[in-house]
Formats: sequence, structure tokens, C-alpha cells
Amino acid sequence: MSSSNDSIKKTLTVALLLCIVCSVIVSGAAVVFKAQQLENVDLDRKSNILAAAGLLEPGKSVDELFAQIKPKVVDLNTGEYTDAVDVNTYNQLKAAKEPSLSKALTSAEDIASIKRREHYATVYLVEKDGQLDRIILPVRGSGLWSTLHGFLALEADANTVVGLGFYQHAETPGLGGEVDNPKWKALWPGKKVFEEGSMTPAITLIKGSVDASTPNGEHKIDGLSGATLTSRGVSNLVQYWVGGEGFGPYLSKIRKEGV
Amino acid sequence: MSDTPKGVLISPIFTNNPIALQILGICSALAVTTNMGTAVVMGVAVSFVTAFSSMFISMIRNHIPSSIRIIVQMTIIASLVIVVDQLLKAYAYDTSKQLSVFVGLIITNCIVMGRAEAYAMKNGPVMSFIDGIGNGLGYTVVLLFVGFVRELFGSGSLFGIQILEKINDGGWYLPNGLMLLPPSAFFIIAGFIWLIRTWQPAQNEAAEFKITANTQAKEAV
Repeated sequence: MSSSNDSIKKTLTVALLLCIVCSVIVSGAAVVFKAQQLENVDLDRKSNILAAAGLLEPGKSVDELFAQIKPKVVDLNTGEYTDAVDVNTYNQLKAAKEPSLSKALTSAEDIASIKRREHYATVYLVEKDGQLDRIILPVRGSGLWSTLHGFLALEADANTVVGLGFYQHAETPGLGGEVDNPKWKALWPGKKVFEEGSMTPAITLIKGSVDASTPNGEHKIDGLSGATLTSRGVSNLVQYWVGGEGFGPYLSKIRKEGV
Repeated sequence: MSDTPKGVLISPIFTNNPIALQILGICSALAVTTNMGTAVVMGVAVSFVTAFSSMFISMIRNHIPSSIRIIVQMTIIASLVIVVDQLLKAYAYDTSKQLSVFVGLIITNCIVMGRAEAYAMKNGPVMSFIDGIGNGLGYTVVLLFVGFVRELFGSGSLFGIQILEKINDGGWYLPNGLMLLPPSAFFIIAGFIWLIRTWQPAQNEAAEFKITANTQAKEAV
């Protein structure tokens, strides 16, 4: 190496050239792969929605299956469908951070520990022969380490669970992480979210397991062993989102009037 | 033997393993080895980055001013890592979701930088490329070993295929939860280093001090 490498001119030239070449490569990669990446994110979201509703079939394309699902925006305060935001571009999680699109929750209301709740939420409706068949609601709330993001699917009676699935969380693998266990998820279908004849959320996770002799077994689901805080978090977030602060007004409307 | 291309390629796998002997790049080995699938992808990604960054750095090594050489190396490495990250997001979305931030953290993987500084600055591009591949392989071998133990005993499966039937799923195997947490990788890497040094005693370092004979542990007064 000659000493001329260390002259100020050479140093600046090398630095400048390197920066130009590297930035071209990096931005090139970002541009070239962008379309494919967005498609992946979209596909991932769709397959999560389908999985929660139990509509995911191996061998069939996700886009094809998703065609039977109709997204709609609901005003959480009134429970009515709304056109205030565009359903195709609305980002619910972003809106929850925007003061104009969300409201701060008091600690009594905020059982799911989400701090702010957006005014509008996207729900996904599955129709069969013109009749409402399933309602898929986005849910989220704190577990032990992380916010769990998932979808809760209900039948057209707005009470019976079809499925619950989380697509993003960072709970302890093997303990709280068992929320992804298909065996545990299989306990959800058929459970009733609300108390008989009312709109009070009754669904909870209990310690131990639920069997035929458990009183009110239709509202109870086995807790995750070794994951008390995650189980409590899941209970709270489901109760929150079906309750009055969440989709409660919307669900009670569906019960009374249908779609 | 480490001057021939073959030697440069093979020796980092066991005799001069980046993790076991050079003790570089342990951090990511703790994070991405809960299952074999992510370990393989991470190994391939690190090999790719190490090989190409060593090659590019070696190509311009005679023009790098010594005052900014670390920055130059980092810029090249960081650019390559971003390309790999974008590539994974586009074509291996699920794996890239599992690896999350750790792809980006390849930038800080000491192996990449260590090989650039120790080898690529002094050798030609072809040999540097081979050296990068070799060290990447050495890293991958450790990752696979750790991933094998952790996935088998932590989840009872290998590459996601169930081998030991778990109690939760109605089988007999009670998974070892520790295996799924990062500390277990420390024990397993230590075990790997022990195995290698038993096999190749030349890797043992000379003791830095000896405990004097007849020393008795006494309580501090």
C-alpha cells in the first residue's frame, strides 16, 4: 500500500465513490423487490384472516379463497358501517396512534392494555348464499412480553366462536408461545362469547382444563400451563374487543338486525 | 495447508472454526437456533455476506485509505446485508419473519468484519471469497449443531417434522423449555467447543496461570 492512499484527496474520493456505488446497489434492491414484498405482506395478512375463520384449505390459492371475504369498515363508537375511511387503504394500527383517529383509554376501560383505541376498525365478513356466515374481527392486547395481534372469527349469531388465531406475538416459546398450538386453538370453536341473553362478555381462560362438569363450560377455555400472564392477556383482549369499548355495539346490532 | 484454496475452504469448518476457536459471532448463534430451518437460512445468509464482502473488500484493498478502512468495510458489509434482507423479504417471507431483526444484525456479526480485516485486506479476491465461504460454512456447522439439539429437545422435531411426540399433543415427550430460550445455546456451544478440542487438542490454549499446589480456599478475613 502506498502512502498516497492516505492523502486527503484520495480518502475523500474513495469515500465518495464507495457511497455512490453502495447507495445505487441498495436502492436498486429496494426498488426491484418492492412489488414482491408488498405482495407477500398482503398474502400473509389474508392467510391469517382465512386461518382464523377456518377457511384456509391447503392446495387452494389464498387470493381465490379470500374472494369470498368482504372487508368493511365499522365505526366502533356507534357500531354502524361507515364510509369515513377507504376500506382498501385504511390502516387500523396506524390509526390507533393518530390522536385524530383514536381515543385514549382510561385504565378502567383499558383491560387489554392497548392505551389508545381507533375510531374505525376493519371487519371481514364471509357470506354464504347471500346470508352472513362468519364475522372476522381484528383483536390485539398485551400478553406477558408483547402485544398479541390476531383475528377472532364469530358465527353469524355474533356469539359463537369459529376460531381465534394470532399472527404476531413474542410470548415465551413453549409456554405463552403455545397460543399458536393447533391443539389449543381447537378448543375455541363452539364457545360462546357472551352471557346468555345479554351483551356482557363472559369468555375467559381458566386455570386447568375444562371438562363436561365445569359450570358454564361454554364460556371457558383451558389456560396455557406455565403461562398465567399470557392466558390472562388473551382473556382480557378477547373480552375487551367483544365488549362495549370494542366491537360490542356492532355485534349487538348484528344480533338485532342481521348485517 | 491453509494456503491452498481447499485448505482455506475446509479449515474454518473444524480446525479454525469462527465460533469455536475464534469465538466470533456468538450473539446471533444464540438467537436464531431454536429450529433447524432458520439456522440453515441464517447460515446461508452469513456465508453469502461474508464471501462477497471479503471479495469486494479484497478487490479494492489497495485503494482503501487506512484512516477510513473500517468505515469502508462496514459500508460494503451493510449494503450487502440490506440486499440479502430485501431478497429474503421478497422470496422467503416466512423465514424472514422468523429471523426478523437478526438478518439486519448480520452487519454486526463479528465474523464478517473479522474476516474482512484479518484476511481480505491482505489476500486476493478469489482467495478472500473462498475464505468467506469457508468461514460461513464453519458458522453454519455450529448453527446446525446447536439448532439440532435445541429443536430436537425443545420442540421434539427436526426441520418442523415431529420426531418425539409431545405430551401436549398426546405423546410421551415433555419438551425441555430451556432449550427454546437463548441461554441453552451457550451450554450447547460450550459443549461443541469441548468436543472439538477433545478431538483436536492442539486448539487448547496454554493456561494463563496455574493455581499453586497446596492452595487452600480460605474465607476472607
